[in-house]
Amino acid sequence: MKLLTGNDLVSGAVTWWTGNGWSLHVEDAADVGEHGEAILHAEEGARRVNAPYIIDALPTGDGPRPAHIKDRIRALGPTVRTDLTLKPADPAAGDWII
Amino acid sequence: MYKYDNYDQAMVDARVAEFRDQITRRIAGDMTEDQFKPLRLMNGLYLQLHAYMLRVAIPYGTLDSRQMRMLAHIARKYDRDYGHFTTRQNIQYNWIKLEDCADILEELATVEMHAIQTSGNCIRNISSDQYAGAAADEVTDPRPWAELLRQWSTFHPEFSYLPRKFKIAVIASSEDRAAMRLHDIGLELIRQDGELGARVFVGGGMGRTPMIAPEINPFVKADDLLSYLEACLRVYNRYGRRDNIYKARIKILIHEIGADAYRRQVAEEFAHVKTLGIDPPLAELERISAFFAPPAYDAANVEPDRNDPDFALWLDQNVKPHKQAGYAIVNISLKPIGGIPGDATSTQIDVMADLAEKYSFDELRVTHAQNIVLPYVAKRDLYSVWQALREAELADANLDLISDIIACPGLDYCSLANARSIPVAQKIATRFADMDRQRDLGELKLKISGCINACGHHHAGHIGILGVDKKGVENYQLTFGGSGAEDVSIGKIIGPGFDEDGVVDAVEKATEVYKALREGDERFVDTYRRVGLEPFKEAIYG
Repeated sequence: MKLLTGNDLVSGAVTWWTGNGWSLHVEDAADVGEHGEAILHAEEGARRVNAPYIIDALPTGDGPRPAHIKDRIRALGPTVRTDLTLKPADPAAGDWII
Repeated sequence: MYKYDNYDQAMVDARVAEFRDQITRRIAGDMTEDQFKPLRLMNGLYLQLHAYMLRVAIPYGTLDSRQMRMLAHIARKYDRDYGHFTTRQNIQYNWIKLEDCADILEELATVEMHAIQTSGNCIRNISSDQYAGAAADEVTDPRPWAELLRQWSTFHPEFSYLPRKFKIAVIASSEDRAAMRLHDIGLELIRQDGELGARVFVGGGMGRTPMIAPEINPFVKADDLLSYLEACLRVYNRYGRRDNIYKARIKILIHEIGADAYRRQVAEEFAHVKTLGIDPPLAELERISAFFAPPAYDAANVEPDRNDPDFALWLDQNVKPHKQAGYAIVNISLKPIGGIPGDATSTQIDVMADLAEKYSFDELRVTHAQNIVLPYVAKRDLYSVWQALREAELADANLDLISDIIACPGLDYCSLANARSIPVAQKIATRFADMDRQRDLGELKLKISGCINACGHHHAGHIGILGVDKKGVENYQLTFGGSGAEDVSIGKIIGPGFDEDGVVDAVEKATEVYKALREGDERFVDTYRRVGLEPFKEAIYG
């Protein structure tokens, strides 16, 4: 599956295209299939996202898992500061990255 | 320390106002990211993995307690309560919001700070010896010269769009604590027949093509230095490649045309530049130098009481001799076992500011090894300083030992990285957590980069680690034999790479080989240079 990701223009936070908007949570990400480029240009032009790009991901029972470690780290946060990840209460969350 | 005059302050204030307007227009949609990106980079604002990152300049790594407290304030108010001290003696914040950036820069400007020259293809923040003004072995204080170069290079109209970024280091000691010859230009201030001048090295650097700068001129008189540097930059600006980012640094130009040809061209250009009268008059040099006058030292020379064994260990490892009797140079390690190299919380930054104000004539230094220095501490105060540092978890006695690791932010933060650096540093430091074991190994400089750009200086590590992406999996190459000091050398790759745990094991095996083969007080790197790679390779790869 293909996901569309970028950063929020104002906050810089990592965001994921959900099909009708942007979410901070990768589990909300939608498969953009062959439509990624078109959505990317429209959303970037509308200043709803900064530096968007398309990535490969695998569907799992818990939602999409980006294929590359860099995007998994983007999705969760730095592996060395679990207190700063999006799931600080889940000590096993980092295992998802590696 | 240098204090801004009205021109300095006006320039910084104007830049803040200009960037505020640019940010407003970007958020309003009047500029695309392609248009905005070079403007934000000129103001130290990057877009990294998780957020915007702001890199704040600390010219030649020198700052006072007021500035240090501002750095803590920025961390607390605008970031996530910590900052990361970098290998260019700067600090960067990892969680900045675009909408806050102008306010941050405005607050920084109130204490004579900014983020200019921390990005882009300009002359970057000048770096220097963290012991400047305090080192017993310096021929002069390099800071006035670093400050002169800062003023010369800031907003220099001819050098704002160089082929690539340009880094300059200035030292004034035969012991190189600034990796001087791994810079685009390295200056070693020397005296020749009583006259002050500089050895000029050009074309060094790390990155994907590491090179040691050749000596381009053995002695440039101080009176000619700016003209000579202008000539060095002009030749680069004229002939440096702009068609290939990987071939654009001055080291590539000098490698391709040869040091002799470059030297000749610089000499020709210098003959012209010298007629332009850009070297400052003596009065201006004296004005700048006056800011760096020695502090009002106390004549008392009170040796510290070494009865507390932990304090004594810290004294032996982290405290260095001072040129002034009765004083010492204190190195504050930002490398706690299992911690993140170079990171400090806002509370810790405030503690260091307080200690500088109370015990170090209000001055601190940031080192390229991502530690902090209090340059002027009376020996009688060392125990009090150590107690306060210990209370703040800043008293690790590991300077220059294997756990004093330089590490770039790596894939945990950096959009350019291929592999994580910090977890490897943490695992190695934890493996060697026993301080007796570390001290037994002695000086061992271990440096980790998460990509070939080498921000973690792995080429210059006695042991270097380079993280690479091997089909989507992190892999770590080991290099041995590098040094950024006066015995400068580039490390060599020892063989196939390892996974994260494998590289920690390999480092441990290397230290065992060293212990078995070392002679006398020989350091790891000296044993490696004497015996060569084979014994290490045999132990590591079997």
